[in-house]
Amino acid sequence: MTRQGPQAAVERALQAARCDDCVVIADETSSANLRWAGNTLTTNGVSRTRQLTVIAIGRRGVATAAGVVSRAGVRDDQIADVVRAAEQAAADSIPADDALPLVAPDGAAAQAAGWDEPAASTGIGVFTPFAAALGDAFGAAAAAGRKLYGFAEHSLTCTFLGTSSGLRLRHDQPGGKVEINAKSADLARSAWAGAGTRDFSDIDVAGLAARLSLQLDWAARRVDLPAGHYETLLPPAAVADLMIYLYWSAGARDAMDGRSVFSKPGGGSRIGERLASCALTLRSDPAAPGLECAPFVIAHASGRDSSVFDNGLALAPTDWISAGQLAALTQTRRTAQRSGLPVTPEIGNLILAAPGATASLDDMVARTERGLLLTCLWYIREVDPQSLLLTGLTRDGVYLVEEGRVTAAVNNFRFNESPVAMLGRITEVGATAAALPREWSDFFTRAAMPPVRVDGFNMSSVSQAS
Amino acid sequence: MDLTAGTAGAGRVDEEFTALPLRELAAVALQRAADLGAGHADFRAERIMRRRISLSDGQLETRYDTDEAGLAVRVVVDGTWGFASDVDLTAAAAARAAAEAVDVARVAAALTAERIELASEPAHGDVTWVSDYDIDPFSVPVAEQIALLGGWSAGLLAHDRVDHVDASLLQVKECKFYSDGATTATQQRIRVHPELTAVAVQAGGRFETMRTLAPPAGRGYEYLTGTGWDFPAEFAEIPALLEAKLAAPTVRAGRYDLVIHPSNLFLTMHESVGHATELDRALGYEAAYAGTSFATPDKLGSLRYGSPVMHVTGDRTARHGLATIGYDDEGVAAQSWDLISGGVLTGYQLDRRTARLTGLGRSNGCAFADSPGHMPIQRMANVSLRPAEGGPSIAELIAGVQRGIYVVGDKSWSIDMQRYNFQFTGQRFFRISHGRLAGQLRDVAYQATTTDFWNSMEAVGGPQTYLLGGAFNCGKGQPGQAAPVSHGCPAVLMRGIRILNTVEEAS
Repeated sequence: MTRQGPQAAVERALQAARCDDCVVIADETSSANLRWAGNTLTTNGVSRTRQLTVIAIGRRGVATAAGVVSRAGVRDDQIADVVRAAEQAAADSIPADDALPLVAPDGAAAQAAGWDEPAASTGIGVFTPFAAALGDAFGAAAAAGRKLYGFAEHSLTCTFLGTSSGLRLRHDQPGGKVEINAKSADLARSAWAGAGTRDFSDIDVAGLAARLSLQLDWAARRVDLPAGHYETLLPPAAVADLMIYLYWSAGARDAMDGRSVFSKPGGGSRIGERLASCALTLRSDPAAPGLECAPFVIAHASGRDSSVFDNGLALAPTDWISAGQLAALTQTRRTAQRSGLPVTPEIGNLILAAPGATASLDDMVARTERGLLLTCLWYIREVDPQSLLLTGLTRDGVYLVEEGRVTAAVNNFRFNESPVAMLGRITEVGATAAALPREWSDFFTRAAMPPVRVDGFNMSSVSQAS
Repeated sequence: MDLTAGTAGAGRVDEEFTALPLRELAAVALQRAADLGAGHADFRAERIMRRRISLSDGQLETRYDTDEAGLAVRVVVDGTWGFASDVDLTAAAAARAAAEAVDVARVAAALTAERIELASEPAHGDVTWVSDYDIDPFSVPVAEQIALLGGWSAGLLAHDRVDHVDASLLQVKECKFYSDGATTATQQRIRVHPELTAVAVQAGGRFETMRTLAPPAGRGYEYLTGTGWDFPAEFAEIPALLEAKLAAPTVRAGRYDLVIHPSNLFLTMHESVGHATELDRALGYEAAYAGTSFATPDKLGSLRYGSPVMHVTGDRTARHGLATIGYDDEGVAAQSWDLISGGVLTGYQLDRRTARLTGLGRSNGCAFADSPGHMPIQRMANVSLRPAEGGPSIAELIAGVQRGIYVVGDKSWSIDMQRYNFQFTGQRFFRISHGRLAGQLRDVAYQATTTDFWNSMEAVGGPQTYLLGGAFNCGKGQPGQAAPVSHGCPAVLMRGIRILNTVEEAS
């Protein structure tokens, strides 16, 4: 049986549906990756997959049930089977807590151009110029007695969303990242740099390698410091990991249920409360240059902060924290009804900025009398949801700054910090720029963050890891 | 294997999977790879069904069924890996993936300095293996599953002190076909993870949670209905435990003796022993991501990892273990071996490549890929701490502590990239005073360095304290892969461990 493409699969599934309402999502994904260790490539691969998700909705009087079946590699002659399975799932289910009418065309994102264009794909060829530069970097590192480790990945997902309410929306999401970790021959010194990218044309391997060399040189002198509260400069990658966790913890449902850091004692949420000591804004915008993401809701399954009934809903730029005050929490149309707050679904990028901030990280180092400069954070986990206390490690370079310059490398630390409380102890904010989160880049690569200076960052204990 | 007549498919690989032209696809792919110059080729075809159901306060929040299938070809061409996969289970796709894998290897060769060679493995012929379960959960009506979770939720919500209940059930059926020409393995395994969390919110805004300790298991639906765990008995205890936790005093930070229940210790084992004894990590192949290990190969046979009562094994054979299988994703038969003997590092977890590279002989069968779209890497076996024959009960361990804390259930976890410094919390903590439990404590975390911690282990409990814990979601590798794994442990007694107060840490 031939296959006529994802657009035809969406139409065929909608036509096959006998349920009251139906949402169909066809995803075509291709990806390629390279991985290396010790100046040699280790693993690699390319993959292609396609996934058909059918959300069958049965309305029984006031009760509405939804069944979701998502299947990979569906042939045209199997589409009706997937629809039947979803309908059966809806019939088996109890009413959905988030049930609402489907999004109508006038409430959806504007019709995406190019619905009928074939789905594009990526492949190993996307790395051609990058791989040559990487090969040069391997050679240079080997000559300098250093070792490079890392990973490069590129993917393209073309999503086609159709609903029985008449929506036909398409979103093509390219995504990519490169992470390079440089180590001294004895592995005692380590440095890391990473970048997100849409197409690898903007990846400057030589530039990243030069920064790594500088950091390894900083580590020529080593000082041991004890646990304690330190004035700390966090570069954008470290800020990104902390702010992304805060964002993931900003669900309206949990806040209204009294079980998150954003709950107000006695009921309701902390919206309107000042969180940051300065006029910081934490926001998402589907059209943010270089960080473009889906301009409409794509929900394969319902969850605490997502709803399949919201599929196709237009996403507007949203401030989560505005001028230092909590301004919005992530939510569905259903939780918005309950909380009486605007509908602000999660958006696939995150930007932290302070108005007028222009300082670079180097500028901030130059203004530091004594403090720590971090590279990135690792193994970040929630310790206490009440305060959003997180724990984790510093990784790949902690440096001592004295009288405006880096004077030595320091041992790693385990930190215990809440990103919410930390916002209140930020004393300086630099210029916002694209940043790859070290910890969460498997799930979230589109971030722009400033470097920040934090008073009294809690380094709870020393880690022997190097 | 328990085979119960008439139950839903137990003991057999799904006919829907075996009816696919698996051997034909393998033959096409292996021939194509050989024709194009591959020195080694292996083929996988997989189908993985997952179902997630979650209820929030008894209302249906998520019900999501996924069905993933595809094929993968891995080759070695002139000493370089190549890997490609495809979502179509057709001969054309198998041939295309084989050709693409060879292409990828040739592109990669320019950047590759290390020659890939694989440890040899006996040919096992055409073999079938099915995990040990009675009832395929995908044969149980979903309405019945939702009703079960709904009934459990309602029972807890009926208690005054419980404000919210989260209930979830994850179910996975994994069908794998592997062939390298010498070994052809058709396998199926089932795993389930039911979990309930009760939440209480106080008027002043403080909230606490209490989660079930029932571990995820390589069992079928029978696990939810009385085999292997007594859920009603556990639910009956939760409201009172939650209420006591809300009323408990905050812990004073300092050093304490700990008695650790296996429902907490399994995760500490996972992070501080399981990952640290993965040879690919110890050799640096995960250096930029998951990290390396302090337990480097030069210390094999000499590193004093823990006290002499510490005996740790790796295995892919434990009954109901989440990492248990018949043959790994390189055709290596499942085995059981020592990792730590009398407190000394004596072994590693291997795949065919690292076994050959380090001269350690045959692979012990730890290669695993979590999907047809991913290349197999060395993944964790069931890494378990051996109980002491005739050893003490939990009450006897507690009786040996003057001032300490009894730790039950896992919660937060974090460890550094060389597996030295870790910090864990738990579901509940009880003060031990003069050999007896004296009520709960809250805001507790324990923090230690791996070898200090395991060397402070004074006693391990007897087999009556043993529990097989585990997780579905162990992450490793780039692209990221999630692997299920179990860890068996007895209760243990540790002396002088650093305890933090998590409220003080946040202030």
